Amino acid sequence: MAFSGRGPSHRSSRDSAPGPRFALFALLSLICLYYDQRDGWMGTVRYALQGTVYPVQWLVNSPFAGWQALRSSFSTRDDLRREIAQLREQQSDMAVAALRMEALQHENAQLRGLNQALPPLVTRRLAAEVINIELSPVKQRLMLNQGRRAGAFQGQAVVDARGLLGQLARVGPWSSELILITDPEHAVPVQIARNGLRSIAVGAGNSGELLLPYLPVNSDVKPGDLLVTSGLGGVFPAGYPVATVTGIKRDPVLLLTQVRARPLATLERDREIMLLWFDASHAAAPVAPVASDTLPQVTLGAPSDAAESEPAAEDTSPEATPP
Amino acid sequence: MNFGSPRISGWLVYGTAVAALLLTLVPLPDLLAVIRPPLLVMTVLYWSTLAPRTGGIFIGFAFGLALDIIQGEQLGQHALALSFVTYLAVRLHLLARAKPLFEQSLFALIALLLYEFVLWAIDGWSGHPLNSVLRWLPAFSGAALWPVVAGLLGRTHSPR
Repeated sequence: MAFSGRGPSHRSSRDSAPGPRFALFALLSLICLYYDQRDGWMGTVRYALQGTVYPVQWLVNSPFAGWQALRSSFSTRDDLRREIAQLREQQSDMAVAALRMEALQHENAQLRGLNQALPPLVTRRLAAEVINIELSPVKQRLMLNQGRRAGAFQGQAVVDARGLLGQLARVGPWSSELILITDPEHAVPVQIARNGLRSIAVGAGNSGELLLPYLPVNSDVKPGDLLVTSGLGGVFPAGYPVATVTGIKRDPVLLLTQVRARPLATLERDREIMLLWFDASHAAAPVAPVASDTLPQVTLGAPSDAAESEPAAEDTSPEATPP
Repeated sequence: MNFGSPRISGWLVYGTAVAALLLTLVPLPDLLAVIRPPLLVMTVLYWSTLAPRTGGIFIGFAFGLALDIIQGEQLGQHALALSFVTYLAVRLHLLARAKPLFEQSLFALIALLLYEFVLWAIDGWSGHPLNSVLRWLPAFSGAALWPVVAGLLGRTHSPR
């Protein structure tokens, strides 16, 4: 016994009884498992632990980050020229596309009956980098290098330049976990941009596929249809592109159409992505789902709102309705 | 009672375990990721059979918890699975040690399958069951790679 103890390897005599030690750690694990299923103080523990393991994640990512840095510092003049030319071209394309934007916004405001254009929907955006990727049939998650210190919050919408990526599932001090729209446990409320038909897009578990399992067999959906967020569900604002429909299977035996869609955002290879903050007063902003204990207050408040808006409605209705 | 255990420094155990953790987290292409051997589990198993005093259940628990946090699993899932197989390894270390590598691989296979079984059970209990055959593959790839990993780890310390 005396031979084995040396330096850090020396431990107390409890070591000779692995049974109680295992019982202790098993109990600890079970406590963690039990309370992790519920919201509460375990969230704080996880938050703290997430901070402590951040160095490990940083270390795992460092070869890639280093490689990127090395590559960018060794990129040749020609490469940079080409990239600048490409970006210029892109920029002028964007500028032309945005020319009519102002006019359209005013037109939209007029159609909505507002006397000025709505404020911008996105109030703040923050670029984040992917520091760890976990893509498997059960999990489609990314770890990002921005956390609560940067203002990130749970349920925050994350996009890339092409479309919706997902939302933040867990937020640590310096890192956060992004659940992708292709995660089998993720569902995003969408509508078909062409006809406004609403449905829910569920992750298929492989990056590059979404399923729309709740469309009736006679619903109007075609391959190539663009799916955008519908703004329901309280997480994503309305109108963000999500996916394009790739395949439809109508089986006369089944009541539902089987629709597959391909996400627009490049889920697998994205290393630079965007966290978004929204102006809550904007018409397209997500409406937070109302917790059940606050429902009575809302219903109490509703009559007074209705009373205020009703005269206005009466004023306009005679003009609107034809004689 | 502990005769035959070489002197293993705690630094070595923690160092190799951290290295194995990093290798577990390095992103791989889909095909390889499916059969990625559970290097962390194998490393912890190796040390707890060779030097049950240094590589104890605590290491299993701590690194399992780290894995839970980093991979965003339910807190305690890997911690429970890893401390369970570590406990078995510590308990049965005399049985598994000093056997031919082939037999050691078999022991490793059993331990890794138990590990995956605990994960699978917790997945099912907490409501995201995955009954794919693929999830058992790492146990087999790990057992197949056991001689290599054990050989590499064996080079880090003086032979007993």
